[in-house]
Amino acid sequence: MFAFVIRRIIQSLFVILVIGFIGFAIKHQIGDPVRDLVGISVSKAERDALREELGLNDPFMSQYVRFMKNAVRGDLGMSFFYKKPTLKVIVKKAPATLELVFVSSLIIIFLSIPAGVYAAIRPRSWLTRFIMGASIVGVSIPVFLTAILLIYVFSVELGWLPSYGRGATVSLWGWETGLLTIDGWKHLILPSIALSSIMLPLFIRLIRSEMMEVLQSEYVKYAWAKGLAPRRVYFVHAFKNTLLPVITVGGVQLGILIAYTILTETVFQWQGMGFMFLEAVERSDTTLLVAYMMVVGVVFVAVNTMVDIIYGLVNPTVRIAGRK
Amino acid sequence: MKKILIAACLALCIVLAFGATAQAKTLKLAMDADPVSLDPHVQLSGGMLQYSHMVFDPLVRWTKDMQIEPRLAEKWERLDDLTMRFYLRKGVKFHSGAEFTAKDVVFTIDRLKKSQDYKALFEPFTGALAVSDYVVDLKTTKPYPLVLNMATYVFPMDSAFYTGTDEKGQPKDAIVKIGPSFALTNESGTGPYKVTFREQGVKNVFTRFADYWDKASPGNADEIVLTPIKNDATRVAALLSGDVDFIMPVPPQDYERIRKESGVQLVTMAGSRIITVQLNQKRRPEFANRKVRQAIVYAINNEGIVKKIMKGEALAAGQQGPMGFAGYDPALVPRYDLEKAKTLMKEAGFENGFSCSMIAPNNRYVNDEKIAEAIVSMLAKINIKVNLKTMPKAQYWDEFDAQAADIQMIGWHSDTEDSANYTEFLCMCPNKDTGYGQYNSGNYCNPQVDELVLDSQSETDPAKRSQILKQVERLLYDDAAYVPLHWQNLSWAGKSNLDIDPIVNVMNFPYFGDLVIK
Repeated sequence: MFAFVIRRIIQSLFVILVIGFIGFAIKHQIGDPVRDLVGISVSKAERDALREELGLNDPFMSQYVRFMKNAVRGDLGMSFFYKKPTLKVIVKKAPATLELVFVSSLIIIFLSIPAGVYAAIRPRSWLTRFIMGASIVGVSIPVFLTAILLIYVFSVELGWLPSYGRGATVSLWGWETGLLTIDGWKHLILPSIALSSIMLPLFIRLIRSEMMEVLQSEYVKYAWAKGLAPRRVYFVHAFKNTLLPVITVGGVQLGILIAYTILTETVFQWQGMGFMFLEAVERSDTTLLVAYMMVVGVVFVAVNTMVDIIYGLVNPTVRIAGRK
Repeated sequence: MKKILIAACLALCIVLAFGATAQAKTLKLAMDADPVSLDPHVQLSGGMLQYSHMVFDPLVRWTKDMQIEPRLAEKWERLDDLTMRFYLRKGVKFHSGAEFTAKDVVFTIDRLKKSQDYKALFEPFTGALAVSDYVVDLKTTKPYPLVLNMATYVFPMDSAFYTGTDEKGQPKDAIVKIGPSFALTNESGTGPYKVTFREQGVKNVFTRFADYWDKASPGNADEIVLTPIKNDATRVAALLSGDVDFIMPVPPQDYERIRKESGVQLVTMAGSRIITVQLNQKRRPEFANRKVRQAIVYAINNEGIVKKIMKGEALAAGQQGPMGFAGYDPALVPRYDLEKAKTLMKEAGFENGFSCSMIAPNNRYVNDEKIAEAIVSMLAKINIKVNLKTMPKAQYWDEFDAQAADIQMIGWHSDTEDSANYTEFLCMCPNKDTGYGQYNSGNYCNPQVDELVLDSQSETDPAKRSQILKQVERLLYDDAAYVPLHWQNLSWAGKSNLDIDPIVNVMNFPYFGDLVIK
């Protein structure tokens, strides 16, 4: 077991190195950060002097080695735009994204489970047809369009909800949260609905088909034959087994949900990491880009490594398969 | 439980705090970006100058009809060819409480000459000399006609406040592009607003400066809350839903929507940013032929582009500087004539055309990509086949500098609000030593044009100077040195209770200090 864990950790360190290298390699293709730091009429000589000062003229490998040396010490460089250490910028933006993803996940969980289960139990009812039809529409509309439609209907036409931003936030031990103010919640409603609109139909359909499959299985038939109450059959015997694959998929989809925050946050001017990332691309804030990729990469690698290790604990075949 | 209670109390406090400030007149402002720094000299850009006009005050400034208006300088006179004397306003206070005097002007000019972005503009100046506390002389190395134009960029900074070293041992007046500096996070100007809160990219709060010198200013916004909203559709929605009071810029596709809506108003104005395409004579020998260049100008229907693509929110151009600029010649009008274009191509011997490449940005100018596409189809009519590639501005300028294509798009706004600036950057012979023709990717080179522009730089008689610059525009027009497209309109929108019209101008620096909220 110990050898398995060590092997896993060494592998993940290698993955992080590769992420750093790829990130660092593409940063030179994104554009020239110096352009964004000076006015357009500034001469080439001035720009070159600035580039030299920032060490952007050094050979690729020496820049990479310098970057990695600093990264090991936790220094991912200075953001060109924010003029602050990139890690600080990212940490400051993280709460906004995490809260948005958290509330969206809640929406997905609390809507997809009842809807999916209902659709599986009553496949022919008109409500099921409606849910299934609506989920097709939901899947096909891109998230930024959903977002703009929501803004148009609820902010511009009806005037019920604010159109952009996070609203009033409260600082809890350095964590800027919008979950503790009424204003903050009002601002959260539209973005979280927009963000959940991608995953919600997917989960409804997943739960429905899993549940329907389970309902066909022998043990459910046996449960019916035993004369158990329908509620017990559906929610204890069938539903529990439905959840296993759903949780597995859910873990993977969480990452995709974070990726979609880039679109949602941009439309709603939500000051999170996704918005920051897109702006950094536009501004060629390359150090911030690389730092973002490193941070997200490390988070993903860490989560996956942990999952693998837990899997290894639960399921010995995984461990054995890894052994030569 | 206790934690929740504390949090609830905090939330209540915030709600109450917001309720209290609602009494004072607050302007909620949304722009596409917020100032990159509190240091006005760190970058020369429209956004930084807009900020400078709020927090600092210039020596003089442009009025809406392009006249020079006194601000911190009450009057001025030319002493000789090389010296302009400014008489400064008395009793002006900085935000730090210090008194504004001539030494602050001297300090600011010295700092401008050190700034990477401004040093080229202030190259003609030897410096400033404080004659007395309220009299200062600006000296130039040779006779220079644009002293007043440049004085609009002199936003005096508090010399006492910016002197010394900060806690890190860095001099307080250091101009730092990347990384912390004193001036990045602290300001002391004489302007109508103080910066009271700033979280970059999220929110900026400007509070009216109680000791502001200009008591005659009608401005009555006690507080301005600036939120950057990058996405066009979101910015417009924020105005329409009432979340903000004023937005700039307004995307052209929403002009109609805002005009129709009650309770909000749209203000537009012809700008001075000229959009052009350049024809690279070095890469493509055909473009060295004047007739081919003329044929292209005749083939491109820039009035059509303005009408169809810009929806009328631009002014088709035949020259670089718009009306009101020294070199403007009303005779140089757009000249679309497809038949003539075909004839010219025939005369040049390119009846069957040729193919060439073109690049344009897709997020830099209004509708830039669509305009480029229109040009491609217009040139197809005279048998010039164009391979167009568009890209985001982050990648565009490197390609532009490398002259990666035969036809390249560029828009230009004159930093000096003067005609000569366009030609200096776009149409003079490219010269690495002098820096002229820095963005002349057409490689058009006419010694006569160069000579005339250089003459204009030391001609202090406005009438004579105007004649010279008109001649330049005429030469470029006849030579078809570049293809003029249009001047983009500037646009602002706000709630109906704002008096927007008097504070906006062609430079796109709304003077928020003078904004009246009814």
